[in-house]
Amino acid sequence: MLLTWFQRGDDGMVVKTLTGNKAVAHAVKAARVKVVAAYPITPQTTIVETLADMIEHGEMNAKMIRVESEHSALAATLGAAAAGARSFTATSSHGLLLMHEVVWWTAGARIPVVMSVVTRAIGPPWNIHVDHNDIWDQRDSGWIISIAENNQEVFDLTLQAFRISEDPRVYLPMIVGLDGFILSHTVAPVDIPDQEKIDQWLPPRRQPYVITPESGVVMGNLAADEDYYMMRYSIQTAMVEAKKVISEVDDEYGEVFGRKYGGLVECFHCDGSKYNIVIAGSWSGDAKEAVLKLRDEGYSVGVLRVRYFRPWPDEEIRRLLSTSKGVLFIDRSISFGGKGHLLTEAMTNLAESTNLPAVRGVIAGLGGVDVGADEFYELTKSFIDEVEENGPFYDPLYWHIPQVYRGKYPERLPGYGKFSYERR
Amino acid sequence: MPVKLRDFPRTHFNMPGNAACPGCPETMGLRYVKMALGDKAVLVIPAGCSSVIQGISPKSGINFPILNIVFAAAASAAAGMKAGFEMLGRDDVQVVVWAGDGGTADIGLQAMSGAAERGDDIIYICVDNEAYMNTGIQRSGATPYGAWTTTTWTGKKEHKKNVPFIMIAHDVPYVATASVGYPQDFIEKLRKAATVKGFKYIHLHAPCPVGWRFDPGLTPEIAQLAVKTGMWPLFEYHNGKLKISSFSRLYRVKEKRVPLKEYLKLQGRFRHLKDSDVKILEEYIDRLWAWLDLLEKAPNPSGTARDLLGK
Repeated sequence: MLLTWFQRGDDGMVVKTLTGNKAVAHAVKAARVKVVAAYPITPQTTIVETLADMIEHGEMNAKMIRVESEHSALAATLGAAAAGARSFTATSSHGLLLMHEVVWWTAGARIPVVMSVVTRAIGPPWNIHVDHNDIWDQRDSGWIISIAENNQEVFDLTLQAFRISEDPRVYLPMIVGLDGFILSHTVAPVDIPDQEKIDQWLPPRRQPYVITPESGVVMGNLAADEDYYMMRYSIQTAMVEAKKVISEVDDEYGEVFGRKYGGLVECFHCDGSKYNIVIAGSWSGDAKEAVLKLRDEGYSVGVLRVRYFRPWPDEEIRRLLSTSKGVLFIDRSISFGGKGHLLTEAMTNLAESTNLPAVRGVIAGLGGVDVGADEFYELTKSFIDEVEENGPFYDPLYWHIPQVYRGKYPERLPGYGKFSYERR
Repeated sequence: MPVKLRDFPRTHFNMPGNAACPGCPETMGLRYVKMALGDKAVLVIPAGCSSVIQGISPKSGINFPILNIVFAAAASAAAGMKAGFEMLGRDDVQVVVWAGDGGTADIGLQAMSGAAERGDDIIYICVDNEAYMNTGIQRSGATPYGAWTTTTWTGKKEHKKNVPFIMIAHDVPYVATASVGYPQDFIEKLRKAATVKGFKYIHLHAPCPVGWRFDPGLTPEIAQLAVKTGMWPLFEYHNGKLKISSFSRLYRVKEKRVPLKEYLKLQGRFRHLKDSDVKILEEYIDRLWAWLDLLEKAPNPSGTARDLLGK
């Protein structure tokens, strides 16, 4: 608790300086989680450490299952949740990949649980730094997937995750992503609302069924193919509903606790801007800084920060593509043989767009390579200047190669080159 | 307390529509579990024959509430369920894992070892048909030496992994072997396990007519022959004390055992065995009993190491 200081406001709100991981633990405690099952992995470890500390010292009334692997971590979390207890787990990178089978099983079981994913690169070679390939790897599994920009949002999203996933219109598990080290191990002020207010706002646990001796419930035995198909259909239906619920919860949370983020996306000067950056996670702050500087210089530019990767913000992206002259996607992940994830997803909304904006997809920051506000400034400025000078183009896979290798390797690979729309 | 046949409930526990093969030992075993534990049990079932035997959702051919779970995580899911029930003030619920030998000896061993080491308060039953029967008779760690399977066409070259001994080494409060050929013994052990706090392991021998290539009418008889030949000793390990169960006591003496060939000759999976192979299996049986002898005679601290630690 060395890194914590207290300041109690008039409304019972406590401001603490917390790392992202401690913010997670405080939100889990505030949500009155009953069972925690987790396994250590860098950079998630301090979440499980802090929760163990809270539980052992009686600050939190929960049972901690110190499992022997992440596969077991999520299985135990699911088991506890199926019995009716609010449950939580957390992991990163390889741990997330090891539990991937259970990730799918949990969503298919329609059992609400909450999991923190502290984003981290996947080996080999070993690398413990921030990267989004681990979290986006869960894309198709049926989980609601959110990602925070700062520690306050980590706390707020984690708390909201219980509300969203346990909403009867949703009943899906939810991931809250936070960037490894950038958030997980960096302290920042976090407002922690009064517990009484949280208790009033967060209803007791709801879930579609519980498996008790009296219930007669059997979950997961064989199903006819047609029934299986329709269960998949119902997950998609829940995702549609989740869009509404996420927006409602964001509004309510804003009213009760004074912080509102915008739902599936955060629009930072994006409405009415000619150019926009689409980005997710902690480095959105650097992109915003660059945008502010560019706006000072007279550029019409904004940031659309993706807060939820699943359900994908179709409406918001469609609107952005329809109204922008150019959109710059910044991905901290790559689908090998394909493209960046944000760009790939957003391009599915292009058919719904009334406009064909200039598009560039940038792959940057893999394995934690630092990309500062100055680099976002350069990337954005050169994109805008190119469009203004040469007209719109499609440039889906531009590699923002790390400084030490820059100039030694091509930024565009054959078959993924830039072409101007005029040439079509 | 000895169990009497006349005390068994007469309820039908396996409902019409279950998808078990004729002569299936698993439906027999599940019936005994229900007889022993009544209506306070919840099953956790990983991938295996029992995933299929339940029949087609939304109905189930097994009269239990069930959480089906991925292959490798039965013990962990059960540990989670138990924790959930405890936190909700429901200490009366028995969470029971019903897993095959693949789900126990192979892919599920890590999760089970974790739960055993943590002392999670669950009953873990390994229903051992000695191969991956659900996928079509592939060898598992629990397949015995010499047995034909679809991944050991000329017979398995290695001996059966002894999971009960592995669990004894975990120093859990209760480990037992049982057989579908001796329902009273199995039920008695289940009822005892239900009174013990902590991790309980019961390894149920379950001859499979399809995978072992024998007449489906012979399941109980084959199961009993496994015990009578000494191939499957029934024993109980409770709080650090190993005891040979009554149905096996006679076969401690080698000469009293039914000749192994009587067991082997009824099963197609052993049809190709040479005399030298039979000898290897007989030596395995001798070694098995020598181990049991050692464990039985071992000086018994007043309980498990766990007890000595005051837990």
